[in-house]
Amino acid sequence: MSADLLDFDEALAAYDPVLGLEVHVELNTASKMFCGCANAFGGEPNTQTCPVCLGLPGSLPVVNGKAIESAIRIGLALNCSIASWCRFARKNYFYPDMTKDFQTSQYDEPIAHDGWIDLEVDGETYRIEIERAHMEEDAGKLVHAGGSSGRIGDAEYSLVDYNRAGTPLVEIVTRPITGTGAKAPQVAKAYVSFLRDLMLSLGVSDVRMEQGSLRCDANVSLMPKGATQFGLRTETKNVNSLRSVERALTYEIQRQAALLSSGGRVHQETRHWHEEGYTTPGRSKEQAEDYRYFPEPDLVPVAPPREWVEQLRGTLPELPNVRRERLQAAWGYTDLEMQDAVNAGALDVIEATVSAGATPQSARKWWLTELARRANEAGVDLAALAITPAQVAEVQALVDAGTVNDKLARQVIDGVLAGEGSPADVVAARGLAVVSDDGALSAAVDAAIAANPDVAARIRDGKLQAAGALIGAVMKDMRGQADAGRVRELILQKLG
Amino acid sequence: MALTAADVARLGELARIRLTDEELARLAPQLDVILQSVARVTEVAGADVPPTSHALPLTNVFREDVVTPSLARDAVLAAAPAVEDGRFRVPRILAEDA
Ligand SMILES: [Zn+2]
Repeated sequence: MSADLLDFDEALAAYDPVLGLEVHVELNTASKMFCGCANAFGGEPNTQTCPVCLGLPGSLPVVNGKAIESAIRIGLALNCSIASWCRFARKNYFYPDMTKDFQTSQYDEPIAHDGWIDLEVDGETYRIEIERAHMEEDAGKLVHAGGSSGRIGDAEYSLVDYNRAGTPLVEIVTRPITGTGAKAPQVAKAYVSFLRDLMLSLGVSDVRMEQGSLRCDANVSLMPKGATQFGLRTETKNVNSLRSVERALTYEIQRQAALLSSGGRVHQETRHWHEEGYTTPGRSKEQAEDYRYFPEPDLVPVAPPREWVEQLRGTLPELPNVRRERLQAAWGYTDLEMQDAVNAGALDVIEATVSAGATPQSARKWWLTELARRANEAGVDLAALAITPAQVAEVQALVDAGTVNDKLARQVIDGVLAGEGSPADVVAARGLAVVSDDGALSAAVDAAIAANPDVAARIRDGKLQAAGALIGAVMKDMRGQADAGRVRELILQKLG
Repeated sequence: MALTAADVARLGELARIRLTDEELARLAPQLDVILQSVARVTEVAGADVPPTSHALPLTNVFREDVVTPSLARDAVLAAAPAVEDGRFRVPRILAEDA
């Protein structure tokens, strides 16, 4: 199934890739784009439809104002200009995923256009220019049935569910992205990742790639190094994870390079990404499609008042990359520490823990080790754990005050997670405070020295690292309720 | 620029309407008359008159983002030629991707 591939480094030595990315974002409005049916994933097939989204004769669509608001906020966050007047258009095509035989979309009057974002990849900044962000409706979902392989070519028939038909989408299209060289697949991945974070912080989409609420079509072409005329491109669809964006583009660059370097030519076509790691050709795009776009007569134009646009601009959140830079500087994290915190989705909880009084490093330690493990075991997000950032800060305060050590602190966390109350409640109820009574500790140290005379002799001889064995014995004797630092001090005093 | 039979055949293809040679020969001149009539309206309208796409002088007709009841599935599927697993069953589609 796999085509001939040229080694990636060889491909990049000979050719410059040009990227183009089209990302579809499914908006998380309560209702659909043009009717009041629920916009919800996973409903029983064909239970979220009505005359409008089924395209029944005589039905009339009305635009969901919230979807327009989300589209404008997305456009503003991408530094786009917002159209002062724009229309919807009918994109005519015949396919059973749309009962109307057209998709309501926007054609030459997108609601947002001419924007940009800056992406940082490996310390290098790439300016990505946004050509447009336009509104459209999603199509229904087809399942190909019968046949042996489940592939459409073998299917005997298709089954259609129209629950998704008419749900609101914003399609974000870049201008051709040049100058990324060997970083092209990484830049593409970083771009989609940026959009995902941005949509989350705007609160306009669930952006679950596995559920299709964020979808990427990745265009790439190659031109001989130093050339300025773009080559023929392919458009790879079905790229449903960040990792797939990078893999699919790496594959296409290698495949196209193999074709070109052996004197062949690239077919301008749609290709389908397979998670096994290759693409296969779909529809040929040699003949430009003719969708016979025309203005949608059933929907009046959208002319967002400037005051509304400015008011929406005021609702934009701090951009995710800006926030990250701010937090990293404030917390003094290394790049790796910051990356771990981002990947764990821990920025919010760490920020709240720090503002509750913990140091950034202690907040990071608790959330990314102990609590990350608990969340992982329970299969929930950090924020869903039954412990608040303020309680985590309190646990750390107990450690700092010497009331508990790290080991006891973990038991305190157990108690809080088990619903036994605040950290202080758990310490009191479980009797977890370390023994700070030097008399009891001193007696335990004496007992440990007596029980381990050979270890004691080595410490007397200056082999201080042997103290660990005695500290362990004392901690065991005290059932963990001792401050290991204080125990060490006592041992060294007695044997010094 | 007269509309040719080939133009009409292409439009028929796009609209999934199969036309015989005889129909093409008859329809092309008829459609051409309609287009020429519309073209005359364009001549009369000055450059300062934008093409009309909507009869009503309205903009920004929005609906609240509120869920309203959908149709019962039985009613939806009642009009389908074939049904399986609560879905519309349609012939397989050739030469298209998913
Ligand atoms: Zn509906």
